[in-house]
Amino acid sequence: MFKAIDFDKWQEIIESLKRHKLRTFLTAVSVWWGIFMLIILLGAGSGLENSAKRDFEDDSMNTFFVYGGTTSKPHKGLKPGRRIYFTYEDWEMLEYDTEGLDYTSGRFYMWGDNLIKYKDKALSFDLRTVHPEHAAIEKTIIKEGRFINNEDINSFRKICVLGDLVIKELMPYESNPIGQYVNIKGVEFMVVGVFTDTGWEGERKRIYLPITTAQKVFSGGDRVHELLATSSSIDMEETLLMKQRLRESLAEKHNFDAEDMQAIYLWNNFEDFQDFQTFFGMLKGFLWFVGIGSILAGVIGVSNIMLIIVKDRTREIGIRKALGATPRSIISMIVTESVFLTGISGYIGVLSGFGIIELLAYMMNKFEVELEFFYQPQVSPTVILSALFILVVAGVVAGYFPAKKAATISAVEAMNN
Amino acid sequence: MIKIKNIRKSYTTGTNTLEVLKGVNMQVEQGELVSIMGSSGSGKSTLLNVMGLLDTYDSGAYHLNDVKMEGLSEKEAAFYRNRFLGFVFQSFNLLPFKSALENVALPLYYQKVNRKERLKKAEQYLERVGLLNWKDHFPNEMSGGQKQRVAIARALITEPKVVLADEPTGALDSVTSEEIMGLFKEVHEEGMTMIVVTHENEIAARTQRVIRLTDGLVQTQVPIL
Repeated sequence: MFKAIDFDKWQEIIESLKRHKLRTFLTAVSVWWGIFMLIILLGAGSGLENSAKRDFEDDSMNTFFVYGGTTSKPHKGLKPGRRIYFTYEDWEMLEYDTEGLDYTSGRFYMWGDNLIKYKDKALSFDLRTVHPEHAAIEKTIIKEGRFINNEDINSFRKICVLGDLVIKELMPYESNPIGQYVNIKGVEFMVVGVFTDTGWEGERKRIYLPITTAQKVFSGGDRVHELLATSSSIDMEETLLMKQRLRESLAEKHNFDAEDMQAIYLWNNFEDFQDFQTFFGMLKGFLWFVGIGSILAGVIGVSNIMLIIVKDRTREIGIRKALGATPRSIISMIVTESVFLTGISGYIGVLSGFGIIELLAYMMNKFEVELEFFYQPQVSPTVILSALFILVVAGVVAGYFPAKKAATISAVEAMNN
Repeated sequence: MIKIKNIRKSYTTGTNTLEVLKGVNMQVEQGELVSIMGSSGSGKSTLLNVMGLLDTYDSGAYHLNDVKMEGLSEKEAAFYRNRFLGFVFQSFNLLPFKSALENVALPLYYQKVNRKERLKKAEQYLERVGLLNWKDHFPNEMSGGQKQRVAIARALITEPKVVLADEPTGALDSVTSEEIMGLFKEVHEEGMTMIVVTHENEIAARTQRVIRLTDGLVQTQVPIL
């Protein structure tokens, strides 16, 4: 008669496992270790990957950054060693005359001591002077108020947008920072917005000013130190072509050789992203290789131990046969024992592996540890369940064949073993 | 109860073929206590194994309880071993990791008797061999005689048709051997058919009939009484 749970059989199995503590322990450890290591490896891999991804996703994926440099090649009668400076016109060329670019912004650098005062507090923060579209490039998230707009740029308005951590430090007791005035390097600016950012902490300790206002107030003329532009293209070839066109039009405008790589520094994070993807592809491949290795070691371990167990129990099998055990009941006993053992220890491996990963994530969260290279480790349950499945199947196969062999040799032979 | 007709059995090791049973004829009636004697290599253990369905034979015919034992599958052989036969071995063959009680109960496990019932019945049989106080002891905590008593209780628990004993006193001293044979006699007097393989005359002398085996053939069948 079929019974859903053969209580007697399980009693036999538990009994047998209890009586053979060492081999039970060894089997359990080899399975546990395989699963545990796989989870730790994949978790560590994903932690590394997620942290790198965070850095990329913080800014627009395909952004060009341009800085002026010094020419290194003679061009049209001009000697090398000429500094290339950008002006407001260069930004206008990017914004109005260049095809394929989505968002553009200039940055005018504020050198020296950026002392910011509010009431009795005076602190130093990073200042960035930008165009309205900079918010889209940097993926700045407005929490309150607004970001810089075109009217600010055109009318040279003395307004500023503060990071939420600036607010926390500079005006912790201010219930509504919007409309307050802060003193930036001696000039009063009105707060019009508060922002946050998904990137690292430093991104939220910044103050944004309209670029034109900054140029005027801090006597920058029409200098622009850095140009930024994003493209919505996700094609490498197209991106490289666009980069080349950008270089050529800037070369024409500023009279330098387009082949002169030091005249301007033109950099695109999409190329980095590609490199990153290749690198993480390789890292993942390596982690999988090691992970599968540890699973394989587990499989071999289980197979070995099952072989020994069956050999060890040949006499017992003979005795059981003499008492009326069918080959089927013997095979079933050994295989069930093996599945039970590998299943349980694999499950503990899953729990402890996930436990450690989760604990790590929890601790990092709780103590606000920000590691640049490690972020939100996670492991796909599907992967782990497949690994567990493989180990259990290995246990079945490893148990089945020797058990079948042992069950078919004659009882006398088995008993004399 | 047991009818053996012209049974032959040979073993092949490498290129050598060794014929162990060369056409054995014998018969055991219900309720008999029979001994099979012979020197080592005479084929007496092989014969017992064939009777116990622990080993196969090459040709001839074997009837157990009027059922012809031929071309049995492993499953059928297991069924007959479980229902018709009880074994007592020279080396006891108890499972070392099971208590005396569990060892006795084990054959009933293969009859799918539930645990409670099995253990209850095993207690009765342990009491029958005088070892109820030892039910929770493991084989390594017992003397040879005690272990053999447990093995006898295990052989009897399924109420088999025949008890087959292979040198049951071979590992025991003479006093203990005497006790075991006394127990065999008691069981026999209750109507059990028993076959004892031995090479000791004193043991054979305590059975009703001796079958002498020499070089794979039955030499004489001497009734003692």
